Parts: sequence; C-alpha cells; structure tokens
Amino acid sequence: MRKHDVVIVGSGLAGLRAAIEMAGRVDVAVVTKVYPSRSHSGAAQGGVAAAMANSSEDSVESHFFDTVKGSDYLGDQDAIEMMTKDAPVTITELEKMGCVFSRDEQGRIAQREFGGHSHPRACYAADRTGHALLHTLFEQSMKYKKNITFYSEFYLLTLIMEEGTARGITMMNIKNGDVEVIHAKTVLFATGGYGRAFKITSNAFACTGDGIMTAYRAGVPVEDMEFVQFHPTGLYGQGILMSEACRGEGGYLLNGKGERFMEKYAKSKMELAPRDIVSRAEQTEINEGRGIDGKDFINLELRHLGREKILERLPQIRQLAIDFLGVDCIDHPIPIQPTAHYSMGGIPVDVDCHVITDAEKTKVPGFYAAGECACVSVHGANRLGTNSLLDASVFGRRAGKAALEFTLKAKHEKISEADEMRKAKKRLDDLLVTPGTESANDIRTELKETMSTHVGVYRTEEGLRFAQGKLKALRHRFKNVRVTDKGKLFNTEIIEALELSNMLEYSEVIVAGAMARKESRGGHARVDYPKRDDVNFLRHTLAHRIGDGAVRLKYKPVSITKYQPEERKY
Amino acid sequence: MGAKFFVSRYNSEVDAKAHLQEFTVVVPKGATLLDCLNIIKWEQDGTFSFRMSCRSAICGSCAVRVNGHARLACKTQAADVIVDGEVTIEPLGNLPVIRDLIVDLEPFWESLERVKPWLVPDETKKFDRERLQSHHDQLKIDAASTCIMCGSCYSDCNVLNVDKMFLGPASLAKAQRFVFDTRDSEKEARLDFLSQVNGMWDCTHCAECSTRCPTEAKPLERIIELRQEAVNSGFTNNNGARHVLGFRESIGGFKGKGGGGMLNENYLPLRSVGLSLGGMLSLLPVGIRMIMRGKNPPMIPHIIDKIGEVRKMFRRFDEYRKEGEK
Ligand SMILES: Cc1cc2nc3c(=O)[nH]c(=O)nc-3n(C[C@H](O)[C@H](O)[C@H](O)COP(=O)(O)OP(=O)(O)OC[C@H]3O[C@@H](n4cnc5c(N)ncnc54)[C@H](O)[C@@H]3O)c2cc1C
Ligand code: SF4
Ligand code: SF4
Ligand code: FES
Repeated sequence: MRKHDVVIVGSGLAGLRAAIEMAGRVDVAVVTKVYPSRSHSGAAQGGVAAAMANSSEDSVESHFFDTVKGSDYLGDQDAIEMMTKDAPVTITELEKMGCVFSRDEQGRIAQREFGGHSHPRACYAADRTGHALLHTLFEQSMKYKKNITFYSEFYLLTLIMEEGTARGITMMNIKNGDVEVIHAKTVLFATGGYGRAFKITSNAFACTGDGIMTAYRAGVPVEDMEFVQFHPTGLYGQGILMSEACRGEGGYLLNGKGERFMEKYAKSKMELAPRDIVSRAEQTEINEGRGIDGKDFINLELRHLGREKILERLPQIRQLAIDFLGVDCIDHPIPIQPTAHYSMGGIPVDVDCHVITDAEKTKVPGFYAAGECACVSVHGANRLGTNSLLDASVFGRRAGKAALEFTLKAKHEKISEADEMRKAKKRLDDLLVTPGTESANDIRTELKETMSTHVGVYRTEEGLRFAQGKLKALRHRFKNVRVTDKGKLFNTEIIEALELSNMLEYSEVIVAGAMARKESRGGHARVDYPKRDDVNFLRHTLAHRIGDGAVRLKYKPVSITKYQPEERKY
Repeated sequence: MGAKFFVSRYNSEVDAKAHLQEFTVVVPKGATLLDCLNIIKWEQDGTFSFRMSCRSAICGSCAVRVNGHARLACKTQAADVIVDGEVTIEPLGNLPVIRDLIVDLEPFWESLERVKPWLVPDETKKFDRERLQSHHDQLKIDAASTCIMCGSCYSDCNVLNVDKMFLGPASLAKAQRFVFDTRDSEKEARLDFLSQVNGMWDCTHCAECSTRCPTEAKPLERIIELRQEAVNSGFTNNNGARHVLGFRESIGGFKGKGGGGMLNENYLPLRSVGLSLGGMLSLLPVGIRMIMRGKNPPMIPHIIDKIGEVRKMFRRFDEYRKEGEK
C-alpha cells in the first residue's frame, strides 16, 4: 500500500495546476492514465478567457454577465463571479511560469474575439493554447519533481469511501497490471470530460468520464449530465475540432445554397453567437436539406482571410484539415458538422471545489474535484468558448488551495486495504475471468451511433425512449463482453473495456436527465419542448445511483445573485 | 482487396525477441494509419497493443516507425505509406520495447529533465501584470514550443543510436526555447551546460530529427540556433565547439580546392578533445561503440553528400562568430 497526503487523479490543466499549488507543502501524488503532456487539455486550440483588457476595453463584470447569459441562466452566479474575478491573476501567473502566449504590438498577451463574449478576451497561443498551457504546467511539475510523485500510466479503478469520507483510491499500473492502493488524507479528481460516447466527437479516446463514474459508483451524485456541448465546427465525418478561433478571426459558415445562414438565427452576433445556437442552426439547415449538396455537412469559409493570416493565426487548423480531409483552407472551404465537444455536467462541487451531494451543499470530507469532470457550475447549460481552460486553471488553483488547507489539518483515516484490493480486483476479474462472447467493439459502435442519433443536438421523447431501451440492452450485453487479452503487461484491451463500462453507464444518466428535462436550454434542445421553462426547470439535475445501477433524479437550485433570467438574444 | 500490414509483436514477459505478424486490412477511404491499427485491434486481434489518445496530432502518443521511419499514426493517411500493398509498423527506435508498439519512454523523459526544462525568471524583478515580450521575441521561441513530445526524433536520431548519453533532439529543442526566451535569466548557465560533451555539439546534423518531426519544432534548426548563440556568447572553449571547428577545417577550402569536401572523421575527434592523452582516452568508448555498430569512421575520408549545404552552414557559423566578436 502506498501512502500520500493528497492524491490527485488527472494531470491535465486542472490536476497539474492543483499539484503545483500544493507542491512542497504536503506530499502530493498525481495519478494519470496517460503521461501528463498527453492529457486532453493539450488539444484545446482557441484560447483562454480573462478580462485583461489588453486589446480593448473590458471588465470582469462584462465577462461575468456574458458567462451567465451564455449558460442560458443555469450557471451558478456566485461561482461565475468568482471565476471571472480570478481570471486575470490566474492567466498572469501562467505567463510568469513561462507560458508562450502570442503577443500584441505592445508586447502584452494578445487577445481575440470568441463566441458569446462581448469583448476580445481570449488570450491565446496561436491555435494551440491548451498545448502551450499544459506544457507550461508540465515543465513546472518537473521543477517540483522532488515534491510531486507521478504515477503515469496508472488507471483509476475505485474511490475509497468509508463513513462518508474519501480516503484514497485504487489503481492499476498499466505497465505491469498490478493493482495498488493509495491511502490519502485528501482525494482530488481532475479526470476530464465524457464526450467519447458520441460517434462524432472532438474528444480524445481518453475522455470517457472515468472519474465521474468512479465517484458515482462510490455513492456521489452527478450533476447536469444531460448538458453536452456540441461544437459547430467539427471536421466532417471525424469530428476533429476546427477551433472557434476560425470564426473569431473572421471565418463564416455557408449552407448548400451559399447563404450565410446565421443571419436567420443570430442577426447581430452571426457566427459568433454561442455554440448551442450555432450548432442548432447548422443542424436545422442540414435537417431541412440545405446542407452542402443536400448532405449532412456545411462549409466553413476561410479563404477570404488570406494565406498570411491563416498561416500565422490558424496554422494547426489548416494542417488538420489537410491531414485528415485533404482540404487546404487557403484554397477551399472546410466541410464541417456539429461535434460532441464539452461536458457541462460532472461531479457537483462548491466554489472551493469541495464535492457536495445535495441541495443543502452537504460536503464529502476529503473529496475535491476540478476541471471538466467537475460541475461548479460555471457553464450551466452551455459553456462559452475559452471558458473551460479558464475553469480548469482557476478551479485547479482554487482546489489546490482548498485541498491544501484541508490536508494540513487532516489525518489518514483508517481503511481496510484487503477489502479495497478485493473490490478493485473484482472489477478486473469480472472482465478477465468470464469467457465472454460479446464484442466490445460492436457494443461501443452501437452506443456511439445511438447517442449521436438520438441524444445529439436535437432530442425528442421518442428518440430518448429508444436510446434508453438500447442502452439497457447494451449494458446487458456488456456483462458478457469478451476480453481476449489475459496478459498483465500494457493490457490496453482491458483498459478499453473499463472505459466502455463507464461510457455505457453515464450515457444512461445523460438520457435519464434529458428525458426528465422537458424544456430546451443551452446544449439540451428538445424538439417537443422548444422553449426554456424557468418555472419548472431553472434547477440543476442531481442523478443518484441506486440498487444495481438504476438512476434516481433529484434537483438543486441555481444560485442567482445578480442577473435575473431573461430571454437570450444574440 | 486488403493491404498487408506487418506489425511488430513482442511481449517482454514471454518473448525473447520481436517478430512481425501479418494482418490484412481493407483500408477505408481516407483512413489514417491509426484507424487501421484500431481495425486490427478491434476486429482481428484484441491483444495487439499501442498507445493513442487525441487522434488529432497534438498529444504525441501514437508515434511509431512506419516502413522504418518514425511518424504519428494518427497524422498519416494509410494510403500514403502502403507501398505495393504492404506496410511495416514497428515501435520507436532507441528505446526499450515493453510490448508490441509500446516503448518505455523513461529515457526520453529523463533526457528532457536534464536540460532543466522550466523558466527561471529573474526573481528580483516584480511585475503586477504579465511581463512584456515583443511579437518578434516571441517568434524566436514559437517553433520549439510546438513540440508535442512524441519521441519521433529521439527514435531516429543517429547519435543516440550509438551514444545513449547524448541529450537528444527533443531536449535540445526544448532547451532552445529557454535559451531564447527573453524572460529567462539563466541563458549563460544553460549554454554552458549544453556546450558540454553529450550536448549540442554532439549532433552530426544528419537532419533525421527535423525530417521526422511532425510539428514545427524541427530540432536540428533549433540546435543550429543554439550553436550560433553559444558562439556569439563566447562559449567556444569547450570540447563541443572544438569538435565543430575541427569539422570545419576538415571540410576546409572555402577558398581554394584544398579540403575539397573531404571529411576526415578520424581527425575530427582529435581536434575536439585537444591533443591530450586523457582527451583521447575519453573518446574510446564512443569509438568502440561505433565500431561495434558497424559505424566506425572510415579510414579514407569520404566526400560529404551535401557539401554545399554544410559549407553554407559553416559560412553562416563564421559570420555569426565574427559578429559576435564585434
Ligand atoms: C479539441 C478541443 C479543443 C478545445 N479548445 C478549447 C479552447 O480553445 N478553450 C477552452 O477554454 N477550452 C477548450 N476545450 C476544452 C478544454 O480543453 C477542457 O475542458 C479542459 O482542458 C479540461 O481540462 P481537465 O484538466 O479538466 O482535463 P483533461 O485535460 O482532459 O485531463 C484529464 C486527466 O485525467 C486523467 N484521467 C482520466 N481518467 C483517468 C483514469 N481512469 N485513471 C487515471 N487518470 C485518468 C487523464 O490521464 C488526464 O491526465 C477544448 C476541448 C477539445 C476537445
Ligand atoms: S540532426 Fe543531430 S539531433 Fe537531429 S537526428 Fe541528426 S544527430 Fe540527432
Ligand atoms: S521535436 Fe518534433 S519529433 Fe521531437 S518530440 Fe518534439 S514534436 Fe516529436
Ligand atoms: S493520438 Fe495524439 S498524436 Fe496521435
């Protein structure tokens, strides 16, 4: 058994930022299933928001309001205020750590326009902002090597909870298959999002909601899981992201008739309306036969920006379209479609990232969560672009501070290593020992197909009902899944099976939440209930796991401190 | 009709050595090499192992050797590397293999840590906002900062192949990023460290690293910039720099026909360690390793392929040195 003061699971922006905050003060361990520099944060392209007011007037107040409005009023205003206020200092700190930001003429951090933000406030590093931030933190983590123990390529299996407090985790060493326990005073999850359950997705293979489901299985409810953001510009057929920076830099969208159709949907903001609105508009155009050549995609036009600007500001975007579709955006428009992108839902936490379980904000002692796996909720029903790198950085930092304070006063509570090992090994044995006849690949393909078709940009009672039935059947089939690799060394087949079990389970939670939410708000658009319904649904969903996996829904009020909900117009 | 994929299979627990296994894959239109590896894993053999995550060429997980050269599987269109209906896929080179296409990356990370890869700001200066950096200065570190730590360069570097102590291309590119960062306060110390044996001067400019690099990091270009900076800053009195000066004399003849592009590799090491006995002895291990790998320097000097290119580089090197002296 291993012992540390704090165990952080996840080494993306949120996890590393928290680790650095605590390094040297307490004994920190970071567990991650991929090497830190390979965390999904590195894929973020467009920018990170902060009212630095470098290139034009801006204010924290404006950032605060834009985020509240962007969230379709489901965001918790106390948390949003906190995040937007912390934003400039958080970015300044990252700059001081050495982050290579793009610069403006004065030598300040350059800022660009982004959807839903009323001022240019996206700080960026060309179109690889996440990469620049993640590598900066990775560099810092090497600086603190003596103070942070890394368990790279270790897979989280279970959360150790006893008497309602978090006391550690179990994990599998992917390199040799060993199962181990980490006994800790404090556990912090920073395990990222759950966008992988959709066929068209911008997410990495690793984004399978592991941490969220591990908490859920340990008895913690999960919040607002039905809110999944579909990004308007995924590369056709792949879903690989073409950053919103394309539109921020002046790119626009054209339908099959060559029209800039956003005129009809968001007259003033056009292509820079929030993502939920642009994705719905695109999907409507496609559904009504106005896709390119009547097909299921539309065009992202960048040619008018000119070669030079494209090469300077959007080099990675250009390369991706060339590598994956053979399209050079200097000469041709890029075919795109909505792609599953961001998980608004997650583990419910308070503004200090302490995990809570109900409307009364009852805390789980010793358990924290930050970044995309957490739901504070600063994004409500729809996240604004560049606000999630911010979320991961601000709340990674806050979680670090809060968890440090807690840890300094806490002690290692008792755990039974043997029991915990048994539970963890059972998860593996269930997969390894059974002979199994079902192909994991078939189950995964059908799952993704189902989620994209019925739980995508537009949802209906009928589609959700179908999905519910289908998911139940898939879960049943999964019990009999075939894992042919019985080896211990780098058994990627068993990791994929564990990830699939998570995807199946959270998909059911998404569907349950979506069925109950008979309204349209942000990322959740019901064809049969096209209006937002503040009377009945201005509240957060809390899904609890009961019995052997059934979902029970409860609700939690939204924190409204300043801005009363109004109709959203762009 | 399907293409033949010869993929390397190995399990360090049971196999003495790796072997190639043949799979037939019907390659879908537009499929990347990573898509094909997944077809093999998901439809034909679940025990086949490799790394992947982002599948959009940014996380650096999926680098493998394809037909002998390192590349990112997710960034490669399968059709581009299938030659006469066949393609061979092996793990990265210069690193121990754990299983199938998965290598042990620890030596790669360790080499990175050796260059102190984090910013060391001048702590005496306080800023309440971000520090300023001109667009022009930022561009100097832009290229190196695009490195995704995929290890492709490490895999195919010829020097690492004979000398595992060499810092290697990715670490040197990373070092460039700090040496040229106007916000860093340890430029001299960094250059001094990088000028030691196993540092920037050990690179033989074979350019494999830059050819294989999937990003703009292009290590060889960064190494050249580092060397120029080292010479400009007066870091010439060390083994590494002497090595390059010897090299320069050896290819000689910027004016006359004298050296005429003849590279005397036997002469090179002497110049670089000076003519002391200790210095010569210090070369022995490298020499022996080279001989063992069949890479012993030929006794008769050979004509360098791209002599024009190399000369251009050294001419620039000379100009920089002169500028540095001014
Ligand atoms: C293509 C793309 C572009 C984006 N662009 C932007 C943008 O421009 N601006 C913006 O603000 N946001 C953007 N986002 C969103 C943003 O990148 C993420 O929300 C944010 O980076 C999440 O950071 P994180 O630290 O929470 O998680 P991640 O970076 O996803 O890290 C998760 C970590 O958890 C670990 N982990 C997960 N499961 C396990 C397990 N079972 N065992 C052990 N470890 C585990 C992983 O190894 C990883 O280290 C983008 C997202 C995508 C997909
Ligand atoms: S150019 Fe230098 S660093 Fe690059 S591969 Fe060749 S020897 Fe190695
Ligand atoms: S320098 Fe290029 S090849 Fe080397 S690790 Fe970085 S990205 Fe990969
Ligand atoms: S899978 Fe990330 S670089 Fe290929």
